[in-house]
Order: sequence, then C-alpha cells, then structure tokens
Amino acid sequence: MRVLEARNLTSGYGETDILHDVSMKLEEKEIVSIIGPNGAGKSTLLKTIFGILRPRQGVVRLGDEEITGLNPDKIVRKGMSYVPQVNNVFPSLTIQENLEMGAFVRTDDYRDRLQEMYDLFPLLKDRRNQKVGRLSGGQRQMVAMGRALMLDPKVLLLDEPSASLAPLLVEMIFEKIGDINKTGVAIIVVEQNARETLKISDRGYVLATGRTVFEDTGKAILENKEVGKLYLGG
Amino acid sequence: MEIGGIIAYLVSLAIMAGIFAVFALGLNIHWGYTGLFNIGIAGFFCIGAYTSAMITTPRPEDVSPMYAQYVHQIFGLNLPFIVGLLGAALVCGFIAYLIGYPTLRLREDYLAIATIGIAETFRLIFNNEHWLANGPRGLMGLPQPFQGLVEPRHYNYIYLVVVLAIMVVIYISIERVIRSPWGRVLRAIREDEVASAMSGKDIVRFKMQSLIFGSMIMGVGGALYAHYTKAISPDVFTPLYGTFIIWVMLMAGGSGNNKGAILGAFVVWGIWIGTKFLTDLLPYTLKARAPYIRFLIIGILLEIILIYRPQGLMGEEKRISKMMD
Amino acid sequence: MAELIVYGIVLGSIIALGAIGLTLVYGILRFANFAHGDLMTAGAYVALFLVTGIFPWLGIPDTTFGSLSFGWRMTLAFPIAMACVAAASILFDRILYRPLRRKQSGPVIMAISALGASFIIRMIVIILWGADYHFYRPGVLRPAIMLPLEIKIRPDQILILATVLSLVILLYLFLQRTKMGKAMRATADNMELARVSGIDTERVIVWTWGIGGALAAAGGILYGIDVQLHPGMGWHFLLPLFAATILGGIGNMYGALIGALIMGVAQQVSTFYLMPTYKPAVAFVVMILILLVRPQGIFGGGRS
Repeated sequence: MRVLEARNLTSGYGETDILHDVSMKLEEKEIVSIIGPNGAGKSTLLKTIFGILRPRQGVVRLGDEEITGLNPDKIVRKGMSYVPQVNNVFPSLTIQENLEMGAFVRTDDYRDRLQEMYDLFPLLKDRRNQKVGRLSGGQRQMVAMGRALMLDPKVLLLDEPSASLAPLLVEMIFEKIGDINKTGVAIIVVEQNARETLKISDRGYVLATGRTVFEDTGKAILENKEVGKLYLGG
Repeated sequence: MEIGGIIAYLVSLAIMAGIFAVFALGLNIHWGYTGLFNIGIAGFFCIGAYTSAMITTPRPEDVSPMYAQYVHQIFGLNLPFIVGLLGAALVCGFIAYLIGYPTLRLREDYLAIATIGIAETFRLIFNNEHWLANGPRGLMGLPQPFQGLVEPRHYNYIYLVVVLAIMVVIYISIERVIRSPWGRVLRAIREDEVASAMSGKDIVRFKMQSLIFGSMIMGVGGALYAHYTKAISPDVFTPLYGTFIIWVMLMAGGSGNNKGAILGAFVVWGIWIGTKFLTDLLPYTLKARAPYIRFLIIGILLEIILIYRPQGLMGEEKRISKMMD
Repeated sequence: MAELIVYGIVLGSIIALGAIGLTLVYGILRFANFAHGDLMTAGAYVALFLVTGIFPWLGIPDTTFGSLSFGWRMTLAFPIAMACVAAASILFDRILYRPLRRKQSGPVIMAISALGASFIIRMIVIILWGADYHFYRPGVLRPAIMLPLEIKIRPDQILILATVLSLVILLYLFLQRTKMGKAMRATADNMELARVSGIDTERVIVWTWGIGGALAAAGGILYGIDVQLHPGMGWHFLLPLFAATILGGIGNMYGALIGALIMGVAQQVSTFYLMPTYKPAVAFVVMILILLVRPQGIFGGGRS
C-alpha cells in the first residue's frame, strides 16, 4: 500500500523555486533514498512534504489523505515524523526529556514506547538523565531519531542523518536506520553519502537542480556507473 | 479667538513641530538608515540643550555674587546662539563617540537597553549634581537669536524661520550624505550585515559614524528647544517626552524616509495638540489627568501604527540612488 | 555595610521575580519585553485596589499578622493580583505581539511595541491613581528585628525572602516536572523543533506570558509592601531587570536569579558611596561592564 505520495511538487523559498515538478512515492515498510549533488533540493523536498514549506504546485498524500500545505504539528499527529539535519535536539533537556517531548501529542501511556527506544538505542539508556547538549554528535543523532520515533509514526523523514559524523558512526547510524525500518516504519532518507544509504534502501531517487533525473532500486543505482559519475561524484 | 491669536498659536505649534522634526531626522539616521535601536534620544536632547545653554549664558560669578548663590553652572561662555548650536552638535557627537565605543558591538536589543541606561544616567547626573547645571532647578533666562529685532510678542515668527531654516539645512545635508558612497554602504549594512562583505571592524566604524552624525543632529534639536523655551531642567528630558514621542513620530511618518520624519513630526505634534482640545472637554475631575490621558492616546496610536501601517504615512524611500542596485 | 548587603539581598530577590519572568519571555519569544517593569507596577496597583478598595467593601478585616505589616487582605490580594496581571499579559500578547509575530516583524519592532505597552500601562495607572506615592498601609511604624552583626531586618523583609524562595521553588518544580514546563524549556531551546515535534507553541507562549506576568506582579507587590508604590516604580526596575537577565544569560532562570541578587547587592552597596537616586545608573554600569567582558553573561550558553 502506498504510504506516502508526492506529485508534481514545485516549491521553494520566497520568490525562488528550488523544486520543479518533483514526484515520488513511498510504499509500506520501504526505505527510499533521495540523493544528489548539493543544492539539488533534497532537503527542500522533505520540508515540503512535512509542511514546513508550502508548495506552489503539487500534492502530497499520506495514505489516502491529502496533507498538502498542512502545518507540521498537524502532520505529526497523522503519523509522520521528521528529523531535521541540524538543530534536531533540545540541548538543555536530558535524553529522557527529549524523548518525552517527542511523545508530547500522545495522550496514552507511552512508557512502553520509551522502553522500546532504549532497546533500540542502548547507549542512550545509561545516560538518560544527561543533558543532550553534552553528548557527542553520534549520540545526539540517536536522540534526534528517538524523539521522532516516540510518536510511533508510519513514516519517518530523515534529513542527512550522517552529516558531520565520523565514518565509524556513519556505519552505525545506517545500521540503526535499518533496525528502525525492521520495526515497520517506512523511511525516506535524504543523504549526501549516497553509497551508504543506497546499500540499505529498497529504492532511490536522484535529484539534480530541483528535478528527478533518475529512479530505480537501491541496488541498481549503486551499480549504475553513469549515474554515479554524473551525479554522485563517481 | 481673533485671527492674530490663532496665527500666533499655529506659529508656536510649528516651532515645536519643527524642533521635533530635527530630532526625528536624527533618529532616522540612527534607526531608519543604520538600524540602530536608540531609545536614549532624551540623553542627547538633554546634553544638547544644556551645552548650548551653558555656552550662551555667562558664568553666574560674572553676573553678580548674589546670582552666583542661586545658580550654579560648571561653565558659562556667553557666546552667540550659533556657537551654542555648534557646540551642542560637537559635544553630542563626542559623547556619541564615547558611548559607541563599548556599545556598538552589542546586538540590537542590548544596544537599546544601553541607550536607555545612558539617557537615564545623564538625567540623574544633571538632576543630582547641582554644581553641573543647577540641579533640579535647571537653567533659565537663555538668550534667543535676533532677540532685539522685533517686539517680544512677535518674536516667535523669527524663531520659526530660524527653526525651519535649520531643519531644511539638516534635511538637505542628510539627503546629500545618504546619496554619497558612504550612505550606500550604510544602506547595505542595514539590509544584511552578513552579506555586506566587510569586516566586522569596518561595520562598527560605519555604525559609529552614523551614531555620531545622528547624535549631532539631535544635539542641535536640543539646543533649538532650549532657546525656544528659554528655560530647561532635568524633568524635561524624560523617556516619555524626550524619546518615546519622537519614535512615534518617525514610525508614523515612515522610517527610512527623511520627508517621512518631518511629516511624522508635524502630524504627531498636531495630534498631540489636538488631544488637548479633546481633554479640555473632559469633566473637571479628570482635568488633572489630562496630560496622561493624552500620552495614553499617543501610546495607543503607536501600537495601531505598528500593527496596521508599520511603514508609516510615507513608507520607506524606494530608491536612494539611480546608481544603486 | 553588612546591613546594606542584607537589604541588597532583599531587593535582589524582588528584582529576581521580575528578571526570571523576563528571561523566560526573552528565551522563548526572543524579544526584549520593555513592558516587564510596568507589569510589576500593574501588580502592585491591582493589589492596592483590592486591599484598599474591594476588600474593605467586602468586609474583610484589616488586622495584621503579628509583626507583619499586612493581614488577610493582602494574603488574598496577592494571588488574585498575580492572576489578573497574568491575564493582562496574555491579553497584551494577543492584541499587540501576536499580530506582529504573525507578520514576522523583527525583534526591534516588537520591542518598540513593548515600549509602547509600558507607557500605556503607566499612563493608565496614573490616570486611575494619580502620580503620587501610595502605601498599602500608610503611617505604620515598621518594627525591626535585630540580627547578629548589628543587622536590622524587618519581619516583612523576612517574609519577602521566604515568598520569593517559595515562588522560585514552585517554578523550578513546574519547569522540571510538568509536561508544560518541559515543553516551555524545549521551546526555549528550539522553537522550530518544538513545532516539528507537535508541541503547541502558541499554548506555550500563553503559559510563558502568564507565568512571567504573575511573577512580575508578585515582585511589584512585594516592593510595595517593603517600600512604597509609585507609577514609575516599574520603569525604575527596568534597567536592573535587564541587567540581571543579561548578566545571568538570556533564557537562564537560575542565572537571572543570581544576576538579580548581584544587582540588588550592588545597588544597595553603592548607596554607601553615591546618592540613592543613582541606583538604576549603578545597575546600568555593572551591566555594561559585564557585557564588555562577557557578552553572553555569567552563565550564558552561547546561544544567539
């Protein structure tokens, strides 16, 4: 079942359009990568889907509900979560409190979910009363993802999760993304690091100058030498 | 009221409006063109007025020993009006330089608080240190230019010409300066500090120059005020009367626009006087509160402007120079 | 001198109530609320209205508690006045600041709006009560307790310290233990992320104004109990309030508390050398000195 669909999105900041007529889809339990050179509009796409930016044209559908242009705090209640690239944690709150904030809109008892998060990220459990501002980049990224997952979303949007992380941590993060996916969450990953993300992706879209220039399975894109040379720096 | 009386009343209105227009022009340099959030106008108002007052009056000791017992001034040069004006401008410019040194690096809202603090500090000093300028009693008997030329009751016409002439001179000077390369840099800084590819030190230098320029104009305004009312004391230079109303004038007229500054001054002063007629209609019991009701109206006016027409009556000037953009 | 320090702590604790509210608003809404001092004035005068106007009419007795200068009337007036000013603050936000927020006006425009609000509040106070001084309980001799080191302190002042301490502890518990409190802290950290997480930031803002206004009102009333009321009292606190907030680092509640105590002591000790009317100037000079050396304040986190 199609869990998320974006059709003919044209969107940007102020007067300038960054995205031109971009379409993509996400099936249940899939991991889809969005890759491409800098400035291609990858982050803009995520922000448009999540309602941070309002598209000039186009439609976004979550399940069979249209969510185009809805505000993020409404979209979040419909089961889609978003992890920004930077400033994605609350530094003066503890790990536990960050996760609690993720569950803000939940009216039920979320303690089980909290425990699931600690099972997913065992490193965080020991430090759960530490202020997040003091954590390392890798740990912060885990907190950021944990916060987004507290809502038990159907769809998770990740904006460059491996940015500014050391190579060892990059591997770990993508492992975690795989683990998250195994729990049934469909994920869209926007990434600079095309190789790593394509390795775990079911499908991928290549974006360049605001348009989709290529679409295929993750494996196929990885093995496609031309695409690699043109858009992914070999 | 007979025609002569009405005209005389309008003349005095125009004088005050013109003086405030000078202040508004100075604030426009600070805020409209440079983005400096100066809430301490009253400080420059105060310094300008007192400086000119003390330049143009003699030392109390030189008048008579008895006079010196009642009036204390730190200096008295007994020089002509024009020297008073220039002195006010120079001293204000100098003080602006001293103030700018520690504060211009601060972000906007900190700068604002600093300017409040400076204005309040000056007022406190003038109020408490009697040896400086006679403390709370203030200075009186300030001379006026061209004093002997006509009968006292017609003098205001002359002063009106003086004020308007100075206002026009200042207006033309500012317009000239803004169109110069210096002015264009200022504009660029205000639009986007980061994008204007200058070093931080240079930006501070430009802001300093702007601060000094605007403050000198405010000093002239203070001097004009002093020689109009012929008497000044610290309680004239309050945040309400000496700062806030000028902000309302600039916001009403259009910040970033010199014509707007002048227009705003005249319009808001007109409204201020207009509220007097309103409160004159009040029942007797509320009459004592009249000035505060009038200030309340001005305050509400500002809020309405900010929400419904923040660009003021004239809006910002569209194009400063054909050579820009 | 020791007595000056003790009184400085009392004064500092009163400043702290205003500074904590101010730093909360500053941290979450990111603008300098120049009307915060006048919220203190508003609180003091609402309490005055209750204590000298409404309550006598309602027949509430005027007896005082022991050696304190107030009794049941003030005890009831205190929370009611806090609630009134909290409501007024929320109302001001709705009418004045929210429209500007919607238009994405810069922090300076909002600060100018706050400046206008401060004058509006002050003018209303003068219109209703006149420009003179007022007292909650005129003409009373204030007995003092003798402490070691020859320090005199009034029972009122001990209660002021106790009240401030209680309010601060209550606020701490609220911010640390309740969902809304944590949401406020989260929003202060990162408003965008808070929205993205589904936090209703408009509701957070309402709570912020409510708490800020209530604390300011409390500070104003305590000052009125200790010294006197006059319409300019809030404006006089503005410089020390901002100095304390900046000193403590914007958005930092504990920093504001410490900053306020420092300001209070500095101001009082300065009266040893200068005239008392210079106190706001002292606050200002201390603030400038700190800003020159360490612009993010003593405890500032380096957040812009």
